[in-house]
Amino acid sequence: MAHKSIFMSMLADDRGGKIFLSLLAIVTIVLPLLNLAVAQDSAFHISTFTITLMGKYLCYALLAIALDLVWGYCGILSLGHAAFFALGGYAMGMYLMRQIGDRGVYGNPELPDFMVFLNWESLPWYWYGFDQFWFAMLMAMLIPGVLAYLFGWLAFRSRVTGVYLSIITQALTYALMLAFFRNEMGFGGNNGLTDFKEILGFSLQQDATRVGLFVITALMLAIGYLVSRFIVTSKLGRVVVAVRDAEDRARFIGYKVESFKLWVFVFSAVLAGIAGALYVPQVGIINPGEFSPLNSIELVVWVAVGGRGLLYGAVLGAILVNFSKTYLTAALPEVWLFALGALFIIVTVFLPKGIVGLLQQMKARKVKEQKNESP
Amino acid sequence: MKALDQVREVMRRDRVFNFMAQGQHPVIKGKVDVSKDIILYLESVSVSFDGFKAINDLDLYINDGELRCIIGPNGAGKTTMMDIITGKTRPDEGSVYFGQTMDLTKMSEYEIASAGIGRKFQKPTIFPEHTVFENLELAMEADKRVWITLFARLTPAQNDRIHEVLQTIMLEQHAELKARHLSHGQKQWLEIGMLLMQNPRVLLVDEPIAGMTHQETEKTAELLTGLAGEHSVVVVEHDMEFVRSIAKTVTVLHEGHVLAEGSMDEVQNNPKVIEVYLGE
Ligand SMILES: Nc1ncnc2c1ncn2[C@@H]1O[C@H](COP(=O)(O)OP(=O)(O)OP(=O)(O)O)[C@@H](O)[C@H]1O
Ligand SMILES: [Mg+2]
Repeated sequence: MAHKSIFMSMLADDRGGKIFLSLLAIVTIVLPLLNLAVAQDSAFHISTFTITLMGKYLCYALLAIALDLVWGYCGILSLGHAAFFALGGYAMGMYLMRQIGDRGVYGNPELPDFMVFLNWESLPWYWYGFDQFWFAMLMAMLIPGVLAYLFGWLAFRSRVTGVYLSIITQALTYALMLAFFRNEMGFGGNNGLTDFKEILGFSLQQDATRVGLFVITALMLAIGYLVSRFIVTSKLGRVVVAVRDAEDRARFIGYKVESFKLWVFVFSAVLAGIAGALYVPQVGIINPGEFSPLNSIELVVWVAVGGRGLLYGAVLGAILVNFSKTYLTAALPEVWLFALGALFIIVTVFLPKGIVGLLQQMKARKVKEQKNESP
Repeated sequence: MKALDQVREVMRRDRVFNFMAQGQHPVIKGKVDVSKDIILYLESVSVSFDGFKAINDLDLYINDGELRCIIGPNGAGKTTMMDIITGKTRPDEGSVYFGQTMDLTKMSEYEIASAGIGRKFQKPTIFPEHTVFENLELAMEADKRVWITLFARLTPAQNDRIHEVLQTIMLEQHAELKARHLSHGQKQWLEIGMLLMQNPRVLLVDEPIAGMTHQETEKTAELLTGLAGEHSVVVVEHDMEFVRSIAKTVTVLHEGHVLAEGSMDEVQNNPKVIEVYLGE
């Protein structure tokens, strides 16, 4: 049972991770039961809306893990990570569009509505294959991965770091947003892709499908967490942190620093792409707004709030901030942006290691006090 | 004229064609060609920063297995010389060879490091968030490509080696401590330990004893002299007493140029050297 022992050693000193995975398991079992098995009028019934909302948070959590790998561990502050998320989302969106078939408003079996509206004669070549689920999922990982590879290859090889790198990642996502806004790109322009009907033959309007998507998202989050945990506890993970803390030292002991950065960056982009692909069928739409630079910045705030450099910290941050966002935007919509800004300032000034860092500090203090009292 | 020179260069019979030398330089360790007993060549090397010549027509030869001390006033270009050898700074002119075949000016930092040149920085540079043990593990001689690193596991032999070095650098009881908690002297030691783990052919050691106690200094001297022979060691140091205690050959650098070379006594009695050190 070699793989089991690796698995155990990976989580051995990861208390936060064990707590997170246990909670995730409980939520994944209990919520669907309360939705499907408990009568609608019971006080214990959980609405499908809530389930989908939770599913959305879990997608964000996976995205946060992706960013934490590059930022928290490798020290690359990417301010364009939402772009990879959106690209994964678009790949899924294209599949879902093709599944509409002739049930669109114009009833064209081949072309999505927006193409008919634009008087296009035939499907553009880059839409080929997206009627196949496996192909679309492959693309949801491949396209973010290849983009990250090209971008990272150029940036890391020329040793662009720090603020400059952050700015060009921001420019990248902005450029993509502008491109996807254009109708002639063939991705639905402004409106993006929406009005999805079914996925793999299951109706997206059905509760069971939505619950299924939630469960799959939870599973993917768990897998994403474990794989990321495997990476950060491997020697590669230690090299990556070494690069973050003393890049030159790492170079002069013989590591090709740019390759390590590139590897982590690409892996992270693929993870973000998967998160995006899981997100789109649950929210039912993908549009160029997902490329908005602000989204990437929000993502950084989640990770900062939770505690960067700790995978479960990123998860905690993503869920907490988004929960507050849902609550605040409903109660006081105009306050949200200010709250986000304030949150960021508070965290950078007072909680450099986020909530998890604070908890660790408090625990360390407690242990110290107990030590002082006991002898 | 240039073309003619190039043709001549190609026809020279005492040298391997450059492209072939390139082909075999690869980063295979222990493959340094030291048939001429010289492991490092710096020939007519110059480098300038914004017009200021930090290294000026420098010639330096390090023999295989020797321990060489380099001294010189502040700003003489000692650190810059190490930067050039390790690929951090590219020379404007001149050639830098590792053994007979490896053109260091054409190799990147990690290639130079894996080819067998290790360095300790002037300001101790370690990985602060890693434990002492992990610092040594990361430095350890190994295949350092990405995918291999991902699946790398410590072998018992490697584990033993790390513990051996931990003992040598007297940090055994701090193995699990994060390196940032070490004292300045201990950090110096850790960095030397990392150098040992790399097991390089050439060790470039920039001001190793800064911040060390008297005892630690003595121990360092012992360690460095012990390494010479199997390794070539180049030490930059300001502390004359220390240099005297370890060096056979001393090179004095001044304004990016070799001012004098010889035994410590010869060098100290050299009028040019006295002028440079006392002249100001
Ligand atoms: N990257 C750089 N840009 C500009 N000037 C530099 C750079 N690196 C070194 N110098 C200059 O080159 C000169 C030589 O510096 P170097 O660090 O090699 O001296 P050193 O002999 O190591 O001195 P010290 O004993 O103080 O360590 C100095 O005047 C320094 O200011
Ligand atoms: Mg110096």
